[in-house]
Amino acid sequence: MEELINVVDWSRAQFALTAIYHWLFVPLTLGLGIIVAVMETIYLKTKSEKWLATTKFWMTIFGVNFAIGVATGIILEFEFGTNWSNYSWFVGDIFGAPLAVEGILAFFMESTFIAVMFFGWKKVSPKFHLAATWLTAIGASLSALWILVANAWMQYPTGCEFNPATMRNEMTSFAAVALSPMAMSKFFHTVLSAWTLGGAFVCGVCGWMLLKKRNYDHCQRSLKIGAWVGVIGIVLTMITGDTSAITVAKYQPMKLAAMEGLYKGDHGQSIVAFGILNPGKQPFDDKDPYLFDISIPYGLSFLATHDYKAFVPGIEDIINGVSYDNEGNPVNTVSYAERMERGRQLQEMLSQYGSAMNNGSAVAQDSLKAAINADFKNFGYGYLDKPEEAVPNVALTFYTFHFMVTVGGYLLAFLLLALLFAYKPKIVDNAKWKKWWYILAIITVPLTYLCSASGWIVAEVGRQPWTIQDLMPNKVAISDLSAGYVQVTFWIFAVVFTALLIADIGIICKQISKKSQTDLDTVND
Amino acid sequence: MSDNRENNQGFWSRVFHLYYDGFRSMTVGKTLWLIIGIKLFIFFVIIKMIFFPNFLSSKCDTDQEKSEYVRHQLIDR
Repeated sequence: MEELINVVDWSRAQFALTAIYHWLFVPLTLGLGIIVAVMETIYLKTKSEKWLATTKFWMTIFGVNFAIGVATGIILEFEFGTNWSNYSWFVGDIFGAPLAVEGILAFFMESTFIAVMFFGWKKVSPKFHLAATWLTAIGASLSALWILVANAWMQYPTGCEFNPATMRNEMTSFAAVALSPMAMSKFFHTVLSAWTLGGAFVCGVCGWMLLKKRNYDHCQRSLKIGAWVGVIGIVLTMITGDTSAITVAKYQPMKLAAMEGLYKGDHGQSIVAFGILNPGKQPFDDKDPYLFDISIPYGLSFLATHDYKAFVPGIEDIINGVSYDNEGNPVNTVSYAERMERGRQLQEMLSQYGSAMNNGSAVAQDSLKAAINADFKNFGYGYLDKPEEAVPNVALTFYTFHFMVTVGGYLLAFLLLALLFAYKPKIVDNAKWKKWWYILAIITVPLTYLCSASGWIVAEVGRQPWTIQDLMPNKVAISDLSAGYVQVTFWIFAVVFTALLIADIGIICKQISKKSQTDLDTVND
Repeated sequence: MSDNRENNQGFWSRVFHLYYDGFRSMTVGKTLWLIIGIKLFIFFVIIKMIFFPNFLSSKCDTDQEKSEYVRHQLIDR
């Protein structure tokens, strides 16, 4: 058992490492892709060589990041096949279909149009080139859509039926999988947050150039587009974050409770604006969950349901299966103890199904299949040893959620100011604090990356211990491997991805430094 | 003159020259292609082939065997 826990922990650590590294490259591709496309559109409208030079500068940075980041996501698919083989089989074609669409889109759309984007300046018409730039940016977002659809299915499995003969989930509705509320809110929230990151990145790079007193006009042009895309990105990220909260409250209430460190829920539940968790707190003890907190009355009820009086269940309520309607009447939910019992019955039925297959009893198979699917949403609970096992890491979920929200608020303020200063540059030019504003812009870049990674940590840690929500916990999804084997590959990835990141940052910084010393008001090639 | 020559070329020839001329005139791109080449070699040759075989395929030959293997895994854990 200890070996199994070790394998689960190391495999999770490995997946987290590779996913976070991969996500360092992706949002800049998504965000900068849109920014470059907007810049080229302005160039085509104005025919100004200055805008062409600015477009080409940012296109080079986009290209470096794209090239270093490309294929880093494929590692995650390797890990599914080796470390998570029970999951890979169990998930069937549901995971495969979106990933196949993503592969085709990524390969054909991005690789075709990115070539035109970089090599086609003198080979195709300006309008065709602009179309290629937009299609590269849109293609990257469509690639992200299918990856996020696959991820959303793990958070909210829908549009499928379990086949106990093949031990696979089979898709019954592609539309239900692709257009599930979880998939939609996840896609828009994630892609729009990448616009924010792209905008903050442009502001940060311009901040550095202005600090070095280089290419003032180029920076002013870039700042206008970067700040606009950033502001639109952060405002829409906040709006879609609100939608995400409602989706999580509905389909993953335990995650929402962990995000807020909420053990006992209430009607008109307040939300923690700032808090320090009590590290000794466990479900069902009498300890206060917070050492210190500043809360906003009714906030969580409103965030989760848009009704400030609504009941929001805490961790203990969810375990006990307790919830209430707006009139205070108990709502009939199922306790985790009962779900565990039902899950064990389903495992027994699965075993009986195997015997029925061996005996060739079609009638028994049909009735067992119907019974298994009728209660399949409790299947994974049968593997839990105790209800508390279904509680995620509250501290990590709580702090990363609050960090993400706090930095998100800061980014709104920063990008609005950046937009103001982009149109009224004299405010900064004549100010004594202009050096500090540029430094703040530079610091904002890593801060935005941390904010983005925090969002993923909330999404993934908050749904533990499930690989597939309610259906398959990690300890069942994992392959029968040794922990030592996974440790070796963990460290290989740590070295390879760190080297790639150093190369990415190194080449981008070198390009920025080198090009910023040339005149970026004229086209140099 | 060059434009006239390209206009007279067929579609596939123009596609070929887009990539050929593009690669030839790259500056920073050459370093990037070197990194991409090394990266793909490490990913697909070293990591995939040596460390990341398909676990189920290494245990079972047919889909039916894989189903049975996973059934036992899901019932016995």
